[in-house]
Amino acid sequence: MTVLLAATAATLFGLGTYLVLQRKLSRIIIGIALLGHGANILMVTSGHRGNAPIIGNGPDGDVADPLPQALALTAIVISFGVSALLLALAYRSWLLTSDDEVQDDLEDRDVARRGAPDVDLEDMGTDAEADVDDVAADAAEVGP
Amino acid sequence: MKVLLPLPVLLPIAGAALSILLGGSRRVQRAIALTTLTAVTGLAVALLVVVDRDGPVVTGAGGWRAPLGITLVADRLSALMLVVAAVMLLAVLVYAIGQPGAERNHVGFQSVYLILAAGVAAAFLTGDLFTLFVAIEMMLTASYVLLTLGGRLAQVRSGMTYVVISLLASVLFVALLAFVYASTGTVNMAQLSERIGDLPDGLRSALAVLMLVVFGIKAAIFPLFFWLPDSYPTAPSPVTAIFAGLLTKVGVYAIIRTQTLLFPASTRPGTLLLVLAAATMLVGVLGAIAQGDVKRIFSFQIVSHIGYMIMGLGLFTVAGLAAAVLYTVHHIVAKTGLFLSGGLIEHAGGSSRLSRLGGMVRTAPVLAVLFLVPALSLVGLPPLSGFIAKFALVDAAAARSSYAVLGVSLAVTLLTLYSLMKVWVSVFWAAPRDPVPGSDQARPGERFGAPLLMVLPTAALAALTLGLGLAAGPLYDLSLRAAADLLDPQAYVTEVLG
Repeated sequence: MTVLLAATAATLFGLGTYLVLQRKLSRIIIGIALLGHGANILMVTSGHRGNAPIIGNGPDGDVADPLPQALALTAIVISFGVSALLLALAYRSWLLTSDDEVQDDLEDRDVARRGAPDVDLEDMGTDAEADVDDVAADAAEVGP
Repeated sequence: MKVLLPLPVLLPIAGAALSILLGGSRRVQRAIALTTLTAVTGLAVALLVVVDRDGPVVTGAGGWRAPLGITLVADRLSALMLVVAAVMLLAVLVYAIGQPGAERNHVGFQSVYLILAAGVAAAFLTGDLFTLFVAIEMMLTASYVLLTLGGRLAQVRSGMTYVVISLLASVLFVALLAFVYASTGTVNMAQLSERIGDLPDGLRSALAVLMLVVFGIKAAIFPLFFWLPDSYPTAPSPVTAIFAGLLTKVGVYAIIRTQTLLFPASTRPGTLLLVLAAATMLVGVLGAIAQGDVKRIFSFQIVSHIGYMIMGLGLFTVAGLAAAVLYTVHHIVAKTGLFLSGGLIEHAGGSSRLSRLGGMVRTAPVLAVLFLVPALSLVGLPPLSGFIAKFALVDAAAARSSYAVLGVSLAVTLLTLYSLMKVWVSVFWAAPRDPVPGSDQARPGERFGAPLLMVLPTAALAALTLGLGLAAGPLYDLSLRAAADLLDPQAYVTEVLG
């Protein structure tokens, strides 16, 4: 049984990782949810199995460990709330861009393309000028 | 004191609930938030005094003693962090009230901010790993909302990256908890400290590395930092300031706590941490030099300075850990102050891009001082707090003959100076630019270039970083005592389980 649960967790982790690496927001969210399920199953597996942990419900030594179940429940509630927020964010993103793709960081692209984005610095006539140019030149060689 | 220990967590939660109920009046909401955080600050200071005098204070929620219940522990490190965090939360709240539009005119801002405060306090005070998970989730969920409140495109775009990365870290955290529980049968940190030494070497290393990854994502250490400079700059300045000051430091605190308390002295990954620290410092500062936006420069510097704290930890000596604690305290104050001054620059100049700002040393001389003090403190000029923290760190590294990482840290200091002077030269010294359309230059009632409620907290933090530098003796002694506790966790364990 433990092996089966471990295999289930591993499968969920694998699928989740694949989906998180996609560029569509909806797939990323499903991927995150699958990863969360995998972690929760792992959590439940970490305690030993047995009867329901209620006093007077069978022999004392043969009860399941209730703590990991309680912990998993807490984790499920948290991931439920955050998933709702994530869906709201994705919906907002779709409203604003009418696209489900993850957007690039424009500022970062800017820096990558031009080194220092402040080309205006050149006409400042300060000592920083030469250094900035060096940085820009270095980055331009690296950039696309 | 035992009864008062849960209050830094419970008060902000109660305040948040009350603030939602009384959402009709912005004024009442602000009063509630200010009162709550003032009370938390007072409590935290009292806690620090008591803990420093009598040793760790422990409370089990609902009367359940450790290891059964939710354990709250305050030792010197957590009490000190709590004091600094409470002061920052209060200062930034005043700033947010002062800045037009910082609350996004949203009824939930004060509540969410208080939940963030509760999460940070809980993360510092908790005595078991699972409560640490819940506390960090509380803090992060509040931060997701604060980051995306307003729902503009840039916020949604960068908020998405931030939320997804943080969620991945949380999933790994749950998996880590499962592994820890399966192998030791407990998640209480004091009990783990006794049991984790009996585990086979391979399993213990796996747990240590997984912990480092989970908290490394939160703390933004190399190579897990890429989400930070992308997401922080899009939020309003007070929100960015509190994120910069506190959120990554909770990750650093968790790394320090777990690596010292849980793992036996012989198995601590000192060299690995030193290599990561050096890489974090270098990559962060090189990123900062390449940027052309004030907030992005500051954000990359957060990454760079996390490296210094990890370096202090990686030395695993009393002096090294004391320097790490001191550096964390200094960095929280200086970085929050710097981000607040960045917000002032953006407010007065109408933009945070270097290419659109200039000549502010004449138009806003007060801002120039308010920027320069935390900036020079971050670089480490005497008599500011950064000098003391860096000196302690370099001294500790030299005492342990770790000259490679020492050299890197000194070189990074120079590069930090360069990146901050780049801001100084183009924002304050350069010829004034044409005003950005839409930024009304002269506003009535703003003698210092910004509303008084924005200037005052920034000035207070600048004064605090100067004060910490001048009063470094007692603070360094306190850090030494906290570090000695960390390296010899027996007192902590006995107090919690006893």
